Amino acid sequence: MEKKWYEKNGKDGSVVISTRIRLARNLEEFPFPARCSDDLRVRIAEKVKDAVLNSGSVISPRFSCIDVDNIPMGERVSLVERHLVSPEFISEKGTKSLLLLDDESVSIMVNEEDHVRLQVMCEGFDLDRAYEQASRIDTLLDERLKFAFSDTLGYLTQCPTNLGTGMRASVMLHLPALTEAKIMRKMGENLSKLGITVRGAYGEGSEPAADLYQISNQITLGISEKTAIENLRSITKQLIAQELSYREKLSPRIEIQDKIYRAQGILKSARLIDCAEAQKLLSRVRFGITTGLITDMDLESVNRLFVEIQPATLMQSTGKELTASERDAVRANLIRSAGNAH
Amino acid sequence: MLCQKCKKNQANTHVKQIINGKLTEMDLCSDCAAKMGFTTSFGSFPNIADMMSGFLGMPTMNALADEVKCGGCGATFSQISKSGKVGCAKCYETFYDRLLPSIKRIHGNTVHTGKRLRTARLKSGEGETPAAVREDKSELETLQEQLRSAVNAQEFEQAAALRDRINELKFRSKNEKNDSSVGEA
Repeated sequence: MEKKWYEKNGKDGSVVISTRIRLARNLEEFPFPARCSDDLRVRIAEKVKDAVLNSGSVISPRFSCIDVDNIPMGERVSLVERHLVSPEFISEKGTKSLLLLDDESVSIMVNEEDHVRLQVMCEGFDLDRAYEQASRIDTLLDERLKFAFSDTLGYLTQCPTNLGTGMRASVMLHLPALTEAKIMRKMGENLSKLGITVRGAYGEGSEPAADLYQISNQITLGISEKTAIENLRSITKQLIAQELSYREKLSPRIEIQDKIYRAQGILKSARLIDCAEAQKLLSRVRFGITTGLITDMDLESVNRLFVEIQPATLMQSTGKELTASERDAVRANLIRSAGNAH
Repeated sequence: MLCQKCKKNQANTHVKQIINGKLTEMDLCSDCAAKMGFTTSFGSFPNIADMMSGFLGMPTMNALADEVKCGGCGATFSQISKSGKVGCAKCYETFYDRLLPSIKRIHGNTVHTGKRLRTARLKSGEGETPAAVREDKSELETLQEQLRSAVNAQEFEQAAALRDRINELKFRSKNEKNDSSVGEA
């Protein structure tokens, strides 16, 4: 099977881990989710499932439908860790279902804050590719589902913050040098003036960890998809250039090299490691790889580990419940074997 | 309910987080929520419900608002403003005038420019090419070009001003088109 987006390294991969487009849509014939009875939610879930699986698109047979209410909590959390659904989506039951493409690049949440939340993820910096795919699926689904739309307000959403295009475009950036130089806070303030939001890797409410930041467009009404994407693209390019120049500036320093090589040393020899420490150290190793200091590991493995070493995803891949210290051992092992593969 | 963090203020924000593979929920006051990084995408307003109810400050208006129910879902405007959630697509028609100030404050705009689907086009009686796509390319593109170079040069204030001009231009051209299409019909 094709590799998943988080197992690959894409365009501008030294800085950009992934690109995401999310479209919020609602079926015009039903009230928005908060005012839907269970019966209506079931009907919506069935309609969306039918539309996705029978859309006639070449990718429709590759979708599977997950009944999110009835899978174990661990599996649900793993969906969040893999960036397939929002934390909000798994927190309360309510006929939540997920339509997921086999390579995990497209996920469609049903009965989240809106009836349909269509998300396309891809590795690296590739807004056009992600948007084109999202828009294509959106158009196909609209033929069957008839999305709520108004001439003046655009796509109608439960929360007015998503009116208009209903689109949130975002890129996940790895910014170890800008973080080290302590300019991310100021940068965040500047970006918000330009209509760009900076968040941690798991979206709203998540603290930036492991030098990962998600930046996205704030406004959806009165700005076309193309313009919003263009803005995000030019700002991302600017951030990439800045990050790279800071990496060049910082990497000859012995203190930085010490941090990078120590991180590599710990990851190569640790027998027990928790998730936060592992991600922090992987971030440094990633920094080392892109500046040529570390040559026996590649970005693909680091990207993959960032996702796979998280608690719920780790347990899912081992197929059993593990205590925290059992997980720490499995995690250390997984990281060591990724390092040894080279 | 008191905020679970400071245990002083009234909690008004419910947050959900994944900590160590477990879903954790907390009720926080807006101060603590902001401190912990839980902010909405439009920073200065802690939550949309507060913001919308702000526009309904006067009790007479509140009483009036309760009388009208949306024909689509039965929601009243005070229910919407309390929850921050619009009831259904029809609510946007029913309460258009009252929702508009909040929409304007969130987006700085009130008119959609962007993708239009076939169903929407048929409804509005537009031709094959949707009006919003036919923008005034020349002036708009120049401004967008300037915006890009301002961003590249990190002239953020200038960039913000350019962005406002671009939005204004789009808003104007959209309105003109609406007017002219009425004239033609």
